Amino acid sequence: MLLIDCPHCGPRPELEFRYGGEAHVARPAEPATVDDAQWMAFLYLRSNPKGLHFERWRHMSGCGRFFNCARDTVSDKILKTYPAGQARPSLEALGLAPVDHEVRA
Amino acid sequence: MSSAYRLPHATCIDYTKPLRFTFDGKSYQGFHGDTVASALLAQGVHLMGRSFKYHRPRGVMAAGAEEPNALLDVSRGGGRSVPNLRATQVELYDGLVVKSQNRFPSLRFDVGAINDLLAPLFGAGFYYKTFMGPRKAWAHLYEPVIRHAAGLGHAPSKPDPDTYANQFAHCDVLIVGGGAAGLAAALSAGRSGARVIVADEQAQWGGGLLAERGVEIDGQPVQAWLAQTVRALQAMPHVRLLSRTTAFGYFQQNFIGLVERLTDHLAHPPQGQPRERLWQVRAKRVILATGAIERPLVFSGNDRPGVMLAGAARQFLNRYGALVGKSVLVFTADDAAYQAAIDLAQAGATVMAIVDLRENPQGPGIEAARALSLPVLTSHVVIETFGRLRINAAALGRIGPDGDVTPVKIEQCDALLMSGGFTPSVHLFSQSRGKLHYDADRQIFVPGISAQQECSIGAAKGTFALQESVQEGFAAGAEAAEQAGFKSQTIAPSRVRHDVPSCAGFSGAVPRPKGQRAGKAFVDFQNDVKVTDIISATQEGFKSIEHVKRYTTTGMATDQGKTSNMNALAVAADALGRTIPDVGLTTFRMPYTPVTFGSIAGLARGDLFDPVRKTPIHGWAQHHGALFEDVGLWKRAHYFPQKGESLHQAVLRECRTVRSKAGLFDASTLGKIEIVGPDAAEFLNRLYTNAWSKLAVGRCRYGVMLNEQGFVMDDGVIGRLADERFHVTTTTTGAPRVLAHMEDYLQTEFPELDVWLTSTTEQWAVIAVQGPLARQILQPFVTDIDLSPDAMPHMSVRTGHICGVETRLFRVSFTGELGFEVNVPSGQGRMVWEALWAEAEKHGACAYGTEAMHVLRAEKGFIIVGQDTDGTVTPADLGMDWVIGQTKPDFVGKRSLVRADMRKADRPQFVGLQTHDPHFVPDEGAQVVAVAEPATGSAALGFVTSAYDSATLGRSIALALVANGRARKGETVYLTRLDGQALPATIVDPVFYDKEGARLHA
Repeated sequence: MLLIDCPHCGPRPELEFRYGGEAHVARPAEPATVDDAQWMAFLYLRSNPKGLHFERWRHMSGCGRFFNCARDTVSDKILKTYPAGQARPSLEALGLAPVDHEVRA
Repeated sequence: MSSAYRLPHATCIDYTKPLRFTFDGKSYQGFHGDTVASALLAQGVHLMGRSFKYHRPRGVMAAGAEEPNALLDVSRGGGRSVPNLRATQVELYDGLVVKSQNRFPSLRFDVGAINDLLAPLFGAGFYYKTFMGPRKAWAHLYEPVIRHAAGLGHAPSKPDPDTYANQFAHCDVLIVGGGAAGLAAALSAGRSGARVIVADEQAQWGGGLLAERGVEIDGQPVQAWLAQTVRALQAMPHVRLLSRTTAFGYFQQNFIGLVERLTDHLAHPPQGQPRERLWQVRAKRVILATGAIERPLVFSGNDRPGVMLAGAARQFLNRYGALVGKSVLVFTADDAAYQAAIDLAQAGATVMAIVDLRENPQGPGIEAARALSLPVLTSHVVIETFGRLRINAAALGRIGPDGDVTPVKIEQCDALLMSGGFTPSVHLFSQSRGKLHYDADRQIFVPGISAQQECSIGAAKGTFALQESVQEGFAAGAEAAEQAGFKSQTIAPSRVRHDVPSCAGFSGAVPRPKGQRAGKAFVDFQNDVKVTDIISATQEGFKSIEHVKRYTTTGMATDQGKTSNMNALAVAADALGRTIPDVGLTTFRMPYTPVTFGSIAGLARGDLFDPVRKTPIHGWAQHHGALFEDVGLWKRAHYFPQKGESLHQAVLRECRTVRSKAGLFDASTLGKIEIVGPDAAEFLNRLYTNAWSKLAVGRCRYGVMLNEQGFVMDDGVIGRLADERFHVTTTTTGAPRVLAHMEDYLQTEFPELDVWLTSTTEQWAVIAVQGPLARQILQPFVTDIDLSPDAMPHMSVRTGHICGVETRLFRVSFTGELGFEVNVPSGQGRMVWEALWAEAEKHGACAYGTEAMHVLRAEKGFIIVGQDTDGTVTPADLGMDWVIGQTKPDFVGKRSLVRADMRKADRPQFVGLQTHDPHFVPDEGAQVVAVAEPATGSAALGFVTSAYDSATLGRSIALALVANGRARKGETVYLTRLDGQALPATIVDPVFYDKEGARLHA
């Protein structure tokens, strides 16, 4: 069971959280203006990386807030958690060398 | 001391407390502190089990958790029954009843032993090769026979009467293993002030130390040092000592699962005491002091009762005062077995010979054995053993300079102690995802690079000498405490004397005379895997150890190969002509030893498995004979049968009564969310398809919620109570999902909106009063709301009082009749219900349940999300374009509705079905097909989503999703049946009753 550091409440057991899929997949500001291919990508295409993954979690049985998390999908190590709406942390901020991880733009 | 095999001195036995127990129906004596294995050995009993496949007689081989042979069934009555317990770990209590397993009719005479004679037929892959055909034989012959023969032990057949506790804990340092290294680590970590938990699977602290007698630590006899150390730890309030506690799994972020056995060792467990406690521990640092397991040597007949690990014999002697034999032969490749020979000799046994594989062993153990004139045969092997239910002799051979083995003599013996050295117990280290390192000199895997905040010490790390183990313990405890933020103190190094540590070993099949087959040389004792099985697997093309393991089943028994994996690996590597690390080790998986389901389930059993939700009116419904159905976690009144009515009869009556008079319905389970704030209307605009800005205060609207993919995910009536306050209702089971969906968008996509969301599902009891007489039933209780049709039209909401209680009164209908939904605070729900019921009875109204509710709404063509929709249905598919606020620039799901696929003509559409036979009620889920007997492989047009016998219409009705259904109105289709031919129906409009809605607006 992971120990997840809720940015609002501190470290809590995974039991209190719900996974929320990939983070930083922004909903187009004006959906009517995007074409079918772009909309399909927004709905269905996810990066599914082996390694560094930015993902959403919700502290369901705690503060109820959504937040983001940088986790390595190979080691299952959580590198950082940060509030929703904050920019994706840089690799340097996560203590990673740029060559190690390919991050989808 | 009733037995010649029981000695008067032991570290774990209380000789003042004799106990009686029965094994296979025969009564035996033992003492407090005994295990079943030690007590039986002390009575001269070695035969404790039959092997899995060949039913060979087996004795106890080890003294701890690794025991593969002596598996017992312990039944305490009343459903308390556990199979496959290791006799070496079952503690004795007065009156204990244990049985051996896998034998019929008895342990001494087992008809299954015929398999042993047929052994040549039962090699690796026997099942795969043998039971190829004919196909029919599988069902009637092979499977029943194999199922009967398969499996070890019998699963309990009754519900487990015990309770199990569950405890979460945090600590600075968790130490697994209470032997010399673990206790030393606990002492130094504890002295720093760190919160320490020490877990050990045994009843007594000390691990391997308990079997030591001549050793001195810091000038003290070993047992005195041990007692003093344990006392020091017990005196530290921040150190928690958990004995009888197995660390069974090592998970991410230093999360460790422990199972503490609380009552299995007690003759009379206290009432209400949990049987086991599951500890879920999060530790800043973990120290693994899990020790090492002795390896058997692999030679023909190495499984005969009386053949056991040398260290085990020593433990039985020194811990339990049980002498395993009077004339013992020792077969070793390691020094530690010499100490076993010396201890047994000093206890009165005759050591027939110490047979050492090595050419020129040197060391204090060997010297001490020679000083006692114990015969030492170097460069010798055991070739074969003899005896039926117990070893009585062994054939010895000499290894020549060229490696050839020459038989030399037969030696009589009643026990054979073997040692191939020790394998560090790296199970937990490996589970922590640490990388193992192969120590080629000693042919063992030791912990390499850590993946977590842990370290291994002592024998678990391959450090077999006591002095260094204790030293590592002190150092690791201090270091772990420091890393956890404590200031550690140095502990002066200990001086250990008279220790004979393991220093060498051997893996794989021992040499045998040229031309002689490996015979019955067992590698995996529990699964009966022999050297020849592993060799033939490699010859048949299995190159990976993971494949060899699965094909031969080596290491796959309940002991997970604790004594066998290294030997299996060595045999496979030898057969493949590769090195051991090249062939690789199989994965270590949790649990270390089997864990009860009870401890994992904890309190989540029976009524507590899932919480049950009941409405405030539940008790009334129960009192009035309602039968309930589960809807999510809720119990809902399904129907209210009167004197002998069936479900069908009750539902017809309830429906008729509602349509002709009125009915009361408990709708309290409806999900309710209060949406408040300056942007509440705008928020609803974005989350629901409908337009909300212009909804007047006091009015309601039916809202449909889509997911971003454009599919209907929920619906419900939403009332506007004030400009900035909405009362949202959701489906019963959808409430949590809808709130989570709303929170998601509010927090992450529309954070600029100033809105608050609050679940109020359980704050309001909801009483639906439906039917032509609904207004008359309510009227007497409502003082401050004008219920007249003009003042309170359909789809309006008022706040006021009913029975003197605050209410949110909705005029809504899910039945198609004049209807109200009375929301009152939950605490007053039953009082208001009872008042309304008294009035309703006067008018001949009824209480109705969810089944009648379903029928009534289906007559009106009202959908139930999740029944008439399946997550792939759009509002257009449902013929509900009118719910879409066309002028709104955006709402969740809007963009998806204009994707090409969403506008295809052949999408499923919501329609009604009128069966040609009015008595035929199709199955929900029945396929809708174009012809009565569709060609195999042809696609269905759709399927039935709802179907009922309608009292109102005097015939059956059905709703369905049918491809391009609206254009097919009037067409005949066929509805499949499980038990026969498809029957015809006509596609019709989904609204069967009161199409104009006149009754709604009454």
